[in-house]
Amino acid sequence: MSYTGQGTATALIGAPATRPSRHAGAILLVGPLVLYMAVFYAAPVLAMLARSVLDPHLTLQNLVRLAGDEVFFHVFGNTLLTAVIVTLGTLLLGYPVALALSRMRGMAATVTLVVVLLPFWTSVLVRSYAWMVLLGRHGLINEALRGAALIDAPLRMLNTAFAVYVAMIHILLPYMILPIASVLRQVDPALPRAAASLGASPWGVFEQVVLPLSMPGVIAGTLLVFVLSLGFYITPALVGGPRDMMLSQLIAQQVDLLNWPYAACLSATLLAATLLLLLLCQSLPGVRGALRQSMR
Amino acid sequence: MDASTSVRYFQESNGDASFGACSYGEGGNTAGRGAKVSLVGLEKRFDAVGAVCGISLEIGSGEFLTLLGPSGSGKTTTLMMIAGFETPTAGDIAIDGRSVVGTPPHKRNIGMVFQNYALFPHLTVAENIAFPLKQRGMDRATRARRVADSLAMVQLPGYEARYPRQLSGGQQQRVALARAIVFRPRLLLMDEPLGALDKQLRENLQLEMRRLHAELGITFVYVTHDQEEALIMSDRIAVVNEGRIAQLGPPEELYDRPRNRFVASFIGESNFLSGVVRGIEDGFLIVDCGWAMLRAAATRPAPIGSAVTLTTRPERMRFVDPGAMPIGIENRMRVTVRETVFAGERCRYLLRGENGETLILKEQSGAATRRRAPGEMAEIAWAAADTVVV
Amino acid sequence: MNRPALLSAVVLVLLFLALPILLIIAVSFSSATYLTFPPPALGLRWYRAYFDSSGWLDATWLSLAVGTAVVVLATTLGTLAALGLGRLPRAARTAAAALILSPMIVPGIVVAIGVYYAYARYRLIGTPLGLVLAHTCLAVPFVVTSVAASLSNFDRRLEQAARSLGATPWGAFRQVTLPLIRSGVLVGALFAFITSFDELIVALFLSGSGAITLPRRMWDDLRFAIDPTIAAVSTLTIALTALLLGGAHVLRIRAGRTPRV
Repeated sequence: MSYTGQGTATALIGAPATRPSRHAGAILLVGPLVLYMAVFYAAPVLAMLARSVLDPHLTLQNLVRLAGDEVFFHVFGNTLLTAVIVTLGTLLLGYPVALALSRMRGMAATVTLVVVLLPFWTSVLVRSYAWMVLLGRHGLINEALRGAALIDAPLRMLNTAFAVYVAMIHILLPYMILPIASVLRQVDPALPRAAASLGASPWGVFEQVVLPLSMPGVIAGTLLVFVLSLGFYITPALVGGPRDMMLSQLIAQQVDLLNWPYAACLSATLLAATLLLLLLCQSLPGVRGALRQSMR
Repeated sequence: MDASTSVRYFQESNGDASFGACSYGEGGNTAGRGAKVSLVGLEKRFDAVGAVCGISLEIGSGEFLTLLGPSGSGKTTTLMMIAGFETPTAGDIAIDGRSVVGTPPHKRNIGMVFQNYALFPHLTVAENIAFPLKQRGMDRATRARRVADSLAMVQLPGYEARYPRQLSGGQQQRVALARAIVFRPRLLLMDEPLGALDKQLRENLQLEMRRLHAELGITFVYVTHDQEEALIMSDRIAVVNEGRIAQLGPPEELYDRPRNRFVASFIGESNFLSGVVRGIEDGFLIVDCGWAMLRAAATRPAPIGSAVTLTTRPERMRFVDPGAMPIGIENRMRVTVRETVFAGERCRYLLRGENGETLILKEQSGAATRRRAPGEMAEIAWAAADTVVV
Repeated sequence: MNRPALLSAVVLVLLFLALPILLIIAVSFSSATYLTFPPPALGLRWYRAYFDSSGWLDATWLSLAVGTAVVVLATTLGTLAALGLGRLPRAARTAAAALILSPMIVPGIVVAIGVYYAYARYRLIGTPLGLVLAHTCLAVPFVVTSVAASLSNFDRRLEQAARSLGATPWGAFRQVTLPLIRSGVLVGALFAFITSFDELIVALFLSGSGAITLPRRMWDDLRFAIDPTIAAVSTLTIALTALLLGGAHVLRIRAGRTPRV
């Protein structure tokens, strides 16, 4: 069952080669878009990134400064930490849902799927706003607790790291659930039965058969959530505090201050980290198959 | 399978009383090794649909019993209830005298072979086979030994390190079998295990399974829709139709003495003729079919004047010379040959009877037999003993 | 397996997923000036506030206009590219695909400031044109993947068969290929629209003060106060997105690409 449409990216690259006479036509078809994106997207981004080493002449001084920059390390460390926490959170909360989803049929399955896909119907901005409304000093949770006389003073939940974690987990949960559910659905239903008939208890069936077979989906989901977390901007900006700044916020701040070389270095770092992760995991045995399997 | 392997397999008795001190040799005493299974009034409804509508069956220790029937007949559902994957809506299942309806599948200690083998793709052959032993807490060394013995028993020695995807269909099936018996269950359930294999492979594995059954001596309950397979392998067959048992008995009985139209046409081919009972003589019924009086074995009570359907197997009929009166072949009929199909060892004729009925006749090919051509008129004859009331 | 522990855990997580959004929708219908749940009374005052405000409406129109332009541009460029990608030699195909799909991988902030850096030089900041140009790049990957997906189900030989029966290359494309990939194109177009309509990070930098999109307007408002009008606007955008995605889903079922769920 195709939960995400992105698997066809791999299909694109995997198509068989064709005769040279078709190349001319192909270039005419693909050329305009390639040209367009080169001019309006690739060149600008590359030019900006170049500012990290061209300032205005070739120099590595900015990168060197970065290596010693305390603020950078703090922010980068926080970004990594947030990504790890959010990934773990989505894994812990998402796996049971994926498991249940793969076993459901009919109306229950439809309802669950709709709820899981619900966040996709709302922009990140709206979802972040929802958490502002929930966690604010005069937000819904505090008002409810005050109304029930459970607390006197409002709890400080907004503009904290906690708020960032909760909101990001909320937003990224579907990206963990869908790949895992997709892989689980492809497991031969006879396998858990065979395991039970051979004497495995329900927990044993899960631990020894279902869990190992779900690994490709877990890997794909983990990768996806982690990479997406690194680049998050809107949510931490809205619900996070000044001490919970993430790398993208630092970049935006530096651009506001017109510190282009510095901002460029930071961007290069963020981009490099993202690409490195993707490349690293692509080379792990079985991961490429895992991605393909979970995107089907 | 060689006898020494099977000897070693069963000599490790672990103090297990059910194997006891059976002395064992080739064709040795296998008594008591298989479970007795008792199905009493088994019913299963899915919403308003009755899949199984009252099945009662006693399966003896060490018996090879086949549940035979078309798809949707309820045979697989019955098997699943014995295994514990479906709960009966009514009725009871007892294994070795103890009711198991409340026991979850993983505690029933029953071996099971699934249609598509259900081998764990992420485990090697050895790990697959060792799986049930691991659940039972057996130590590594013993597990390895049992796995090796198991593989030898299904004639796949040395395959421990392979993965299921590296095996052919037949090999996977044998691994599935090895896995299902390695923990020495007293009962083995099989859900159309040979369905996905080609004809030649299927026939080979059928014989292997019969051999395995004889060596192990445990109870086999086999589900299939292939009647030929059932006839080859079973001690007894329960023909299942629409949730009920249409007939239960050894293969010969089902073939020679079908009790109803369904069994007569599901197993092998049958010719049907209708008539009215006019008399009873020496255990044979005299039936008036309009164009002749036929004699039929009185396999069921049929009062004079009642309408009956008679059935005969196509290979029990033969062409006769019009004047000839061979002894013991009491029933005759004039026919026109409609179609002749030569199939190597046999010739299959489609005939048109006196009243326009379609009959099938199968004849062994040979130098002595003359092949009849379509359009030819002929006379056929068959024994009263081969004519059965359904 | 319906173990109660698993089931209750799942229900809790599903509630966690659904409640925040449902609460926003509920709050938008509150007639109180402060945020509280359950709302004391229901009313449409925040919707009225939205519809009465030229600031909000202008932003909405701009987002719709930009979105429409993006759809046209991205769908055209993207569909053509998807059609041609399969015919390129392997190396060129990989390179082109990498470029075209990269906006999905590159962090939004990097794209945003890169584009800002260059567009500022050409005075595209604060203009709808700048937004259209940038959003198209972000939307194109969705069009390309969607069309490529429907192409992968499409047997090239159908086009060859049409040509053997006398159709011209363009005629074959128009009468055979296009109808078959039509749903892929439409789904891509829908996603392109949603991408542009909801896009914020690039808009933050490119909107300037002259081209305020709806998300940008919401963001500005959020920085200063949690105005319940935003709840109303959110609900409206949710409704729009849901409608469009629902349509996309129906189209995919019709094309047989997604099993009916």
